[in-house]
Amino acid sequence: MSQKISWFGKTSLGIGFFFLYAPIVILMIYSFNASKLVTVWGGFSTHWYGELFRDEAVMSALGLSLKVALLSSVMAVALGTIAGMVLARFGRFRGKSLFAGMITAPMVMPEVITGLSMLLLFVQMQQWFGFPEERGVLTIWVGHVTLCMAYVTVVIRSRLVEMDRSVEEAAMDLGARPMKVFFVITLPLIAPALASGFLLAFTLSLDDLVITAFLSGPGSTTLPQLIFSRVRLGLNPEINALATITVLVVGTLVIVANRVMARAEKKRRLLAA
Amino acid sequence: MLMESSVSAANAAKSGQPYLQIVDVVKKFGDNTVVDHVNLTINKNDIFALLGSSGSGKSTLLRMLAGMETPTSGRIILDGQDITQLPPYERPINMMFQSYALFPHMTVAQNIAFGLKQDRLPKAEIDARVEKMLDLVQMKKYAGRKPYQLSGGQQQRVALARSLAKRPKLLLLDEPLGALDKKLRQQTQLELVNLIEQVGVTCIMVTHDQEEAMTMAGRIAIMSEGQLLQVATPNEIYEYPNCRFTAEFIGETNIFEGHLAVDEPDFVEIASPDLPTPIFVAHGITGALGMQLWYSLRPERVYLSREQPTEVRNQASGVVHDIAYLGGFSIYHIKLASGKIIKASVPATQWRDEPAPTWEEPVFISWGDNDGVVLTQ
Repeated sequence: MSQKISWFGKTSLGIGFFFLYAPIVILMIYSFNASKLVTVWGGFSTHWYGELFRDEAVMSALGLSLKVALLSSVMAVALGTIAGMVLARFGRFRGKSLFAGMITAPMVMPEVITGLSMLLLFVQMQQWFGFPEERGVLTIWVGHVTLCMAYVTVVIRSRLVEMDRSVEEAAMDLGARPMKVFFVITLPLIAPALASGFLLAFTLSLDDLVITAFLSGPGSTTLPQLIFSRVRLGLNPEINALATITVLVVGTLVIVANRVMARAEKKRRLLAA
Repeated sequence: MLMESSVSAANAAKSGQPYLQIVDVVKKFGDNTVVDHVNLTINKNDIFALLGSSGSGKSTLLRMLAGMETPTSGRIILDGQDITQLPPYERPINMMFQSYALFPHMTVAQNIAFGLKQDRLPKAEIDARVEKMLDLVQMKKYAGRKPYQLSGGQQQRVALARSLAKRPKLLLLDEPLGALDKKLRQQTQLELVNLIEQVGVTCIMVTHDQEEAMTMAGRIAIMSEGQLLQVATPNEIYEYPNCRFTAEFIGETNIFEGHLAVDEPDFVEIASPDLPTPIFVAHGITGALGMQLWYSLRPERVYLSREQPTEVRNQASGVVHDIAYLGGFSIYHIKLASGKIIKASVPATQWRDEPAPTWEEPVFISWGDNDGVVLTQ
């Protein structure tokens, strides 16, 4: 199907894409800059990529970020699925609105508030119980799970709500107990939602700066924190190189995830038709 | 049009002991009474239809039988066992859902085997039974397909096979053919009845389609606002409805409102403001003189003619108000002097030698002494 697009349409599209992607493209180009100054082109070089991989601070911050992101998103998916099930399947119960509100509060709450209140909580807890002893991976993880779980719950709940309940009822009718129904029927059917919830949580955790800033301790610096502090000291093409790799990795993941989701969606449409 | 005798009407006669008893069952959602003191007895190997419009409580009643809902009060007894409080996974009852509810991530064979696996049957036995079920519904070729690769009719057959695989004591069908298109539906109705009879399972179906209920079921219950209005064979329901709702719900009918004007042991006359002369009914009824009555007259019982009939007592004159031509027959809307519009079903064969009456033409309608039904409510 080819449709003629008017010159106005084409121009608008061009300007739109330019505003969205030109900064990223420029950033990528300057990552191959030989010069030490980000804004002055000094010829093509992959020097800064080498520098980046030799930079231990960056590598350890990246490692920590990936570790925290993985742990948080796994936990957020587990808790989010349970919360989504409770909200979508357990009918009306006392305090349901309160529960739903509290679950989604971290989404609308300014992160500064979330971060600060959790910091105060941890400090208080440390005084009372001596735990957590210091702020670090554990506290960052708790903070990230709180934030990510809100998003995961919303994704999974909406999938459960639109899912045909009679499929679960049929399984129960055929003799499967509720637990079995959940693991054998419900879970496989909401797998795409689990996957997208996981990816959402992973990216949220990976680039969170504000909550992390409140909850991290000495020796636990995540990648966003490191970049932020480096940039304050002055720009450097090494950061451009890091950003380029990040964009490529994230872009690839998004494309793959989209493909998988589209396939699952197509299957579902066919079944519904 | 409706068939006067249904395929399985004969089955009603050969049924035995009460098999399923629904005793004074009530279901309330908040203040809303959805099922209102329902009592029902169903015999072994019956095919029974719950017929009603949406919101009549028929689906809720079915879900209570399946165990998806618990009655507010009352008891459900199946084959001597009180199952009122049993969860769905412990009931010897299986249901075919309106949407079929096939498991989309499992193949046809896995879908059918699901219930058997829950019973932890040996694998050889499961395979044998799945094979048998696939044979029964003629889906052997499609055993390895996923539900989304099947047509609506095929999905329906898989859903049926899945609900029969466990050999339930009671099979529930929720709008069994509701998701199929009309042509396929008519063909499937008879197939489905044959399959159910072949397996020999007691079956309760819920439907809002009267044709489906009359074709498939041996007995029908008409349900409205949570109550059962009439439980009878399709023939009885159509020919002898016990109230206006049933008469109007099943098929088309003309209702005359009137009062008892002459009350003799062997005949009565009903005076209706819609008609110039009282309606003559050739049997007695129990009721007081002057009581309010309704008279239901099916369109196919109304005889349409150009000349005034001489030998029939029940007649009226009118003009043709509207004609719905349906091929084999036409529905004439005749406007009487009182302004009342009467529907008459006229076979095409009636007008062989002369043109059929046309719009605004004066005509006579007439009917026999026993062609209508007197209703007291």
